[in-house]
Amino acid sequence: MAPFLQVKNLHVSYSARTGEVCPALAGVNFSLNPGEILGVLGESGSGKSTLASALVRLLPANGKIEKGSVHFEGRNLLEASAHDLRKIRGGRIGLIFQEPTSSLHPTLQVGRQVSDVLAAHKSLDRLALQQKTSHLLASVFPADAERISRSYPHELSGGQRQRVLIAQATACSPSLIIADEPTASLDPTTQQEIVQLFCALRQNLGLAMILITHNPALLAGLADRILVLYAGRVAEIGPASRVLASPQHPYTAALLRCLPSHFADDEAPRKSQLNVIPGDAPDLSLEEAGCRFEPRCTERMEVCSLNEPTAVASSELHEVSCFKFAG
Amino acid sequence: MQPLLKVENLGKQYRVRRSPGATDHFAPLEGVSISIDPQTTLALVGESGSGKSTLALCIACLEPPTSGCIFFQGIDVAVLDQNQLRLLRPQIQLVFQDPASSLNPRWTALDIISEPFLVQRRFTKPDRAVRALQLLDRVALPRKLAGRRAGELSGGQKQRLAIARALALEPKLIIFDEALSALDCSVQAQIANLLVELQSSLGLTYLFITHDLAMAAHLADHVAVMQRGRIVESGPARKILSSPSHDATRSLLAATPLLFESSREPVNF
Repeated sequence: MAPFLQVKNLHVSYSARTGEVCPALAGVNFSLNPGEILGVLGESGSGKSTLASALVRLLPANGKIEKGSVHFEGRNLLEASAHDLRKIRGGRIGLIFQEPTSSLHPTLQVGRQVSDVLAAHKSLDRLALQQKTSHLLASVFPADAERISRSYPHELSGGQRQRVLIAQATACSPSLIIADEPTASLDPTTQQEIVQLFCALRQNLGLAMILITHNPALLAGLADRILVLYAGRVAEIGPASRVLASPQHPYTAALLRCLPSHFADDEAPRKSQLNVIPGDAPDLSLEEAGCRFEPRCTERMEVCSLNEPTAVASSELHEVSCFKFAG
Repeated sequence: MQPLLKVENLGKQYRVRRSPGATDHFAPLEGVSISIDPQTTLALVGESGSGKSTLALCIACLEPPTSGCIFFQGIDVAVLDQNQLRLLRPQIQLVFQDPASSLNPRWTALDIISEPFLVQRRFTKPDRAVRALQLLDRVALPRKLAGRRAGELSGGQKQRLAIARALALEPKLIIFDEALSALDCSVQAQIANLLVELQSSLGLTYLFITHDLAMAAHLADHVAVMQRGRIVESGPARKILSSPSHDATRSLLAATPLLFESSREPVNF
């Protein structure tokens, strides 16, 4: 089966007012199959939100796609016209951003905001529009879609607003949803509800999803594959269970060791020191040779400071950019 | 041992004006009792809207409670006048979730940590700078960052700065309101380590408000679970988290994503 989203050698950079150019993504490659959930794991500054915006060409004015290609359903989005892009965003690709409050219009009822998405993409008469809108809202609010539809965003909780965004994103039956930190501002119970809603959407609508997060635990049990970003590069990509259970890249391993361990475990020492990754995140505006993680890596070798590693298959479907696995 | 902080039967009501002439009461806290022993950590967990932050504000004497008592080192804070409160407040400090909005981005790191000294009229000007630099050392921020504006620091550095500011007046109790939630997990681990180290070296007492149960289990001696303005369960951290007896605790535990669990059953909506 041909992947329906194929990203090749994507380079994105931001220019600062001082004229400095800062590369945010440097050579990102990955592909996505229909109905697959890809988790993108990365810390702040790793380029994960840049990736989300670059895929649908919504980068801020100072951001520029230097080279690469994004093939989606048979065409290169980086060469698509503005008119085509407008049809694809919200139509074929649904977008969900981090802050549900700022993604909704504060003085319009949310039902209207969902039907606006439909009206922008489909020619429906008023009755059909109404029916489709209430159907969409009912799919995310099984109990009280009617009341929610007439509510304003400020009358809803964070979780409810996030559900409205999900209704908007799925309105035109897209084949792909890009969600950037969809649960970051929610408490764990609500987070869990949204995760279950994502699972249900995938099952019922066969949606593929790119789920961007900094929380590795969120991806367990939800993502099929996980892509780990570090300093704008793919450190590791592979099946979710394998990336979380036996991470291959030293960065992924170090990141997962930082989490406070299993609290049901009586033996786990409390108030002990947690593992940390020594050093700071790299400054991307500096041109440096070698692997970006090398200064913080505990398994560094001589070659690491000289050359940049390329992706190597460590096992089937699992690719790692680290010299540990080269030759 | 006398508890450092004892909260008894605390209630807080806000009046909400529904329409002209019609007022409603909204009670974020109802009959809350907690106590924290010196040099221990109490984790306060619960869903959003359960009243955790309101309780924190009452304890910090920033919101007057409607009913009930707060005893700090055995003294009822309700009977204190403004001057006595001014002496009490430095003993209780707060660190908030988002350092980007709790620090003035245009102030330098040094300005931010010296401000508590100015407010409390402590030390002479040169002394303040010396002490501020010592505080930077305390939270492991390099001294060369002293002249940087808060807006130029990374998230982890900002949170360290917020902690340094909280330490400035040598408090007994520090309230962390979701202080780790906005940070990346590797930075979270660094700050958690700093908190543990500061507690043992300075003899601090912590009230740690969070919805991250794994972190609560790691840092806390005791855990109190809140739901709709009430404490529904409290006790030693290990006991509460390994054998919860209240539904609210169980649902919080169930909602905490774990790294290695078998795949979840999707639910149909």
